[in-house]
Amino acid sequence: MSFLKVQDVHHTYFTKALRTTALSNINLTVEEGEFVSLLGPSGCGKTTLLSIISSLLKPTEGAVLLENKPVATTKNTIGYMLQQDYLFPWKTIEENILLGLKLAKQLNPKTRSNALNLLKQMGLNGGVEKQLPKQLSGGMRQRVALVRTLATEPKLLMLDEPFSALDYQTKLKLEDLVSQTLKDFGKTAILVTHDIGEAIAMSDRVFLLSSRPGTIHKTFEIPEELRKLSPFEARNHFLYSSVFQAIWKELETLERKSE
Amino acid sequence: MNENRNKIELLHQNYLQSLKIEKRWVRFYQLIILAFVFASWELLSRMQWIDPLIFSSPNKIWKLFFEKIQDGSLAANLGVTLTETVASFIIATALGVIIAALLWWSPMLSNILDPYLVIFNAMPKVALGPVIIVALSPGYTSIIANGVIICVIITAIVVYTSFKEVDPNYLKVLQTFGATRFQCFKEAIIPASFPTIISTLKVNVGLSWVGVIVGEFLVSSRGLGYMIIYGFQVFNFTLVFLSLFVIAVLATVMYQLVDLLEKKLIKE
Ligand SMILES: Nc1ncnc2c1ncn2[C@@H]1O[C@H](COP(=O)(O)OP(=O)(O)O)[C@@H](O)[C@H]1O
Ligand SMILES: [Mg+2]
Repeated sequence: MSFLKVQDVHHTYFTKALRTTALSNINLTVEEGEFVSLLGPSGCGKTTLLSIISSLLKPTEGAVLLENKPVATTKNTIGYMLQQDYLFPWKTIEENILLGLKLAKQLNPKTRSNALNLLKQMGLNGGVEKQLPKQLSGGMRQRVALVRTLATEPKLLMLDEPFSALDYQTKLKLEDLVSQTLKDFGKTAILVTHDIGEAIAMSDRVFLLSSRPGTIHKTFEIPEELRKLSPFEARNHFLYSSVFQAIWKELETLERKSE
Repeated sequence: MNENRNKIELLHQNYLQSLKIEKRWVRFYQLIILAFVFASWELLSRMQWIDPLIFSSPNKIWKLFFEKIQDGSLAANLGVTLTETVASFIIATALGVIIAALLWWSPMLSNILDPYLVIFNAMPKVALGPVIIVALSPGYTSIIANGVIICVIITAIVVYTSFKEVDPNYLKVLQTFGATRFQCFKEAIIPASFPTIISTLKVNVGLSWVGVIVGEFLVSSRGLGYMIIYGFQVFNFTLVFLSLFVIAVLATVMYQLVDLLEKKLIKE
């Protein structure tokens, strides 16, 4: 029995002018505590797949099961962090991170102090919680968004290109921080990215998606040696470049096929 | 280095000084225009170059102003009009926001009502005055309704448009936390549209004056609009001008107050 099961998912967007098949024949499973990545070019349907898994979007065909129950019936068990931080500009950092708890009516002194502690663990202390999002840098905002997502203690965490808008140095630092935090909490996570290196450095498994329509082209198991390391260390391990080469080659064949 | 900084400091001082001087000149010319207009009005009227019966004169208006203050009738009429105007722009804004909320809540309803909103918005609403007065019987209610009807639809349309323009990703964030539609409205739609709502308040101050004054013309029993109509009927144009000045001052003050409110609320 797998923790998360995506079965024969197929999705077509309908608009007046055209129909776009974004996903076709998606089958994947994720085990509890695992960290997997969805790797693929822009427009291949990664965001669509996350929306379907989080039951924000009903697939035209197929089903998603979390612990053998359809996701639509499991409220507040999936945390989803969007492509940008989308912190509410009129709310303070504290109000932002407590938002999920407030909406789920789970806000009490205990959950509140948990959330504030989490903020400290992310290296955001010294009165940040009373500030407004616009007073923070991009990297800090992204960390706040992660705290907001983790505050409701979701069983499954989904991250949609969380580092794509950051500068390289901030990105490397955040990769380590996120990876460590998720390990500490034993969270199951799905990361969406178009950065091959990021996928290798952070995950246990990488699903390579092809576009138009999005399908799972190939799955890569990341060697045990790399998984044990932090993302930054993994990038410097000798095995890293061989996995990189393998994925790169697959991407090349994909490109040739689509031409 | 230090010298350089001093130099820049000095240049900045000079710049600020020049702004101040320019502002003083602007004020000066504004006062000149005012003085010129009133002086020539007074003069032309006294020399009978314009008909004093029709155009009155600043001096007569000023005297009447004190007369009307002393017999208390100005304060009474002013109070009536002020209450009606404030009531009508607050009711119109609130009602407009409620209609916008309903339209946002049900896209189906918004599609159905769309042509009616367009027609109603295009229509010159003051033309409905007689109907409103007959329907609600002459008095406060019908005058306030006259003010409300002028601004409510345009408020609803403007606010509804801003509701629709809220970045859908904010709603997506809320939905990932299992938010209901009402929670989405409260946490994202309203706060994101707050600046628009405040700015419609500003537009509505001006519009509701039109509705209320026209309402008072028609009902013709109390208020500054009544003073104008009465002055017109008995050919007392000094009274008409007095009412106009009072309206101009009040409307400006009210507009500035709402402007201040806007600046205060938006800054936070
Ligand atoms: N709401 C929508 N309506 C119509 N087409 C859409 C919509 N959202 C995404 N698409 C299309 O579906 C495809 C996949 O989009 P998306 O899942 O956002 O890709 P990715 O996240 O991998 O960049 C794209 O071709 C996009 O144009
Ligand atoms: Mg995307």
